[in-house]
Amino acid sequence: MSRSIRNVLSGLLASAFVAGALPAFAQGSLLNVSYDVARDFYKDYNPLFQKYWKDKSGESIELKQSHAGSSKQVRAVADGLEADVVTMNQASDVDFLVEKGLVVKDYAKKFPTNASPYTSTMVFIVRKGNPKGLQDWSDLVKPGVQVILPHPKNTGNGRYSYLAAWGYALKQPGGSDKTAQEFVGKLLKNAPLFASGGRDATTTFMQRRIGDVLVSFESEAELIAKEFGKGEFDVVYPSLSILTEFPVAIVEKVVDKKGTRKQAQAYLEYLWSKEGQENAAQNYLRPRDAELLKKYATQFPAIKTFTVDDVFGGWARAFPVHFKDGGTFDQIYQSK
Amino acid sequence: MSATIVRKAAAEPRWLRLTLTAVGLGFLFFFLALPLVAVFSEAFAGGWGAYREALSHPEALSAIGLTVFIAVVVLPFNVAFGVAAAWAIAKFDFRGKSLLITLIDLPFAVSPVVVGLVFLLIFGAQGVFGPWLSDHDIKIVFALPGMIIVTLFITFPFVARELIPLMQAQGKDEEEAAVSLGASGWQMFFRVTLPNIKWGLLYGVILANARAMGEFGAVSVVSGHIRGETNTLPLHVEIVYNEYNAIGAFAAASVLALLALVTLVAKTVVEWKMRQETEMLDTAMPPEKTE
Amino acid sequence: MKRVLPGFGLSLGFTLAYLSLLILLPLSGLIFKASALTLDQFWAVATGERAMAAYRVTFGASLLAALINAFFGLVVAWILVRYPFPGKRLVDSLVDLPFALPTSVAGITLATLYAGNGWIGRHLEPLGLKVAFTPLGIVVALTFISLPFVVRTLQPVIEDIEPEVEEAAATLGASRWQTFVRVLLPGIFPALLTGFTLAFSRAVGEYGSVIFIAGNMPLISEITPLLIISKLEQYDVVGATALACVMLAISFAMLLAVNGLQWWAANRHHGKERVSI
Repeated sequence: MSRSIRNVLSGLLASAFVAGALPAFAQGSLLNVSYDVARDFYKDYNPLFQKYWKDKSGESIELKQSHAGSSKQVRAVADGLEADVVTMNQASDVDFLVEKGLVVKDYAKKFPTNASPYTSTMVFIVRKGNPKGLQDWSDLVKPGVQVILPHPKNTGNGRYSYLAAWGYALKQPGGSDKTAQEFVGKLLKNAPLFASGGRDATTTFMQRRIGDVLVSFESEAELIAKEFGKGEFDVVYPSLSILTEFPVAIVEKVVDKKGTRKQAQAYLEYLWSKEGQENAAQNYLRPRDAELLKKYATQFPAIKTFTVDDVFGGWARAFPVHFKDGGTFDQIYQSK
Repeated sequence: MSATIVRKAAAEPRWLRLTLTAVGLGFLFFFLALPLVAVFSEAFAGGWGAYREALSHPEALSAIGLTVFIAVVVLPFNVAFGVAAAWAIAKFDFRGKSLLITLIDLPFAVSPVVVGLVFLLIFGAQGVFGPWLSDHDIKIVFALPGMIIVTLFITFPFVARELIPLMQAQGKDEEEAAVSLGASGWQMFFRVTLPNIKWGLLYGVILANARAMGEFGAVSVVSGHIRGETNTLPLHVEIVYNEYNAIGAFAAASVLALLALVTLVAKTVVEWKMRQETEMLDTAMPPEKTE
Repeated sequence: MKRVLPGFGLSLGFTLAYLSLLILLPLSGLIFKASALTLDQFWAVATGERAMAAYRVTFGASLLAALINAFFGLVVAWILVRYPFPGKRLVDSLVDLPFALPTSVAGITLATLYAGNGWIGRHLEPLGLKVAFTPLGIVVALTFISLPFVVRTLQPVIEDIEPEVEEAAATLGASRWQTFVRVLLPGIFPALLTGFTLAFSRAVGEYGSVIFIAGNMPLISEITPLLIISKLEQYDVVGATALACVMLAISFAMLLAVNGLQWWAANRHHGKERVSI
């Protein structure tokens, strides 16, 4: 007990000292500003990199993490949060930093595989035994099926779910933007509520037992199993889904100011190393490394996917068309 | 003898007392007690061991430290402002008083989300003072100063709002008497005013304190969420919950509930001590109103 | 009239300086930012179909929550001050809980309690009463987060009532109800109104707890702060400030009206015995 009190006190002093008005950075310290469920990944990744960097350069490096909602995080960076690197779950967020002149325009080319070290996809979580027999997106628009998903306009998961359904409808025979909008409209009419975020959607589905299917990241299914038990639900892979990418970038202005470019570059590059890729797989994110993907094949069943770039011409176009005010999402709710 | 009869007549009949108590407690049961029980039942879902482990995590401890630190820093500002504003408003008449009271209330009406945004518009890198602050390497937002300023904003009205109706109801006869008997301004304040308003002041402080520790929305915008550095307990709760660690989240939330209780325990102790003193001084004192 | 009491200049000066620095200056920054829009643009943002629906939900639910709190808050404050009952101190300390719990925890917990399979929801659903993920859920969340205001504003005032006043009324033959309505209520009414106003304004701005229980369906259960967040998610800071300004203006007007009313009521009742004007 006395130890934890001492810890609280030292935390108190440290926070007063570190977060005070003095410039708190030193050489060999990186701040990684990230989205909110990436913590488990970086909690494992950071020690790996620290060891690697110590062996390679002899420097020890301090790594600080900041996690919150993705768009909120990049707004903070634009408003002066001194991130050396950003690791996000949507290209539209990094694009915003490009617009503000903090990240180079061709950031996606600065690292391999579209600057996204791992991927995931949207899948269905259904009640145990799949009582309603839901197999594909077309089953989700049937009358009487309740679909749980996070707010499609305000959250990253919700946007990916929305685009996944849209892309599926578009790729059906005779599919056009018009049929896709109708399809997505029907799907949204089956949503009894819009959860405030991915986690909230899960709680609504698992704990409050609302809905027949939860649309979620594949990687999140494992987190759900961790908390609610593995036998509690089934995972269904639709015939086609969206490939979700997680772009990373260096914040130019900050690394120049702090003189941490070298470390920041190495930190991100190392994500594509064997160790970094294996860490992704262990956190249920699909590694880019083909060999590792094979090794973890039972964990990552084959699924046909399309990217935002393929179908929507990139986030820079998809975002205004669908999610800005007056976009397709808003249109669906005005037609009533 | 006749005093007790009058006293009885000045109280509600037994059935009404019971009904009112039942209604009040019933309301509190559904709106307060049950949520609290739910929080603790989630926190202890994994047993005492998991609860303790969740709280002894260094990040949780640093969040507790930061939360308490901010609450303590904010406190004297609120007391000073609250007493000054209530004094001016309750004891004097001047033009625009209603407007002033309304302006004091205003922070309540501003959505916490907007509060954070407002300070970003001023101190953020794209804000009014942003470039100047950045040139001089002064950090306000995404650091402790910003979090303190935001907390000051959201707790701004509490003490004043608690004191104004109380001081209004008390009038100014006693203070005027003190002054006319030759007391200096500060003597009058410490000997007459302060003893009169102490409970109201305490309620205000307790409320402000609870609010300061529990605030999420506004602080979240200016915190930067740096682990172990600028994460307060409410922010810690949110992040841990989003990581599918309900026990950790609700354990941290239960600490906040307990922190709020601590101030109440302090109040009870003070109350009890004071009663003892007055009883020693004046054994003939009439029974407490609360009984 | 000559001022007898000291400290007017000091206290008012300090109040105004602190108020300007911490509240007015930052808020004027908000208005300044919103002024980047032309009047037409501002009008379009402020009066869109979704925005209008959201105002109705936000202000309606807040009003309802504040009324619920005014009634039950009076009862709670009264029993806490006047009646002895076991566990009173514990109950007293519970009242501040809504402030101390992070609003998101409150929202999650309430949604869990009031959902169809929750401790409370499972008894309400058979009665045809759905709370979680309906506008009613918003009222529940807002009632919770603004609960302490009425109780805590009334408590010191009720504690301050001199028993002699009631005794005098009783000796003069007034019934208990007459005493309450004619003697006690006028004394505590200003504080009750203050508590109501504070509860209402706090409820209007609330975001964190509501989004977990509201369901967030456009036009039905979408609150204005959610629309503000939605603008911010599109990096439309100016649009967000425009909505924020509208909310601010409406709240300000309502607060001003209530405070004016209260001041009038207070002076009417105190005016006779205490010459305070």
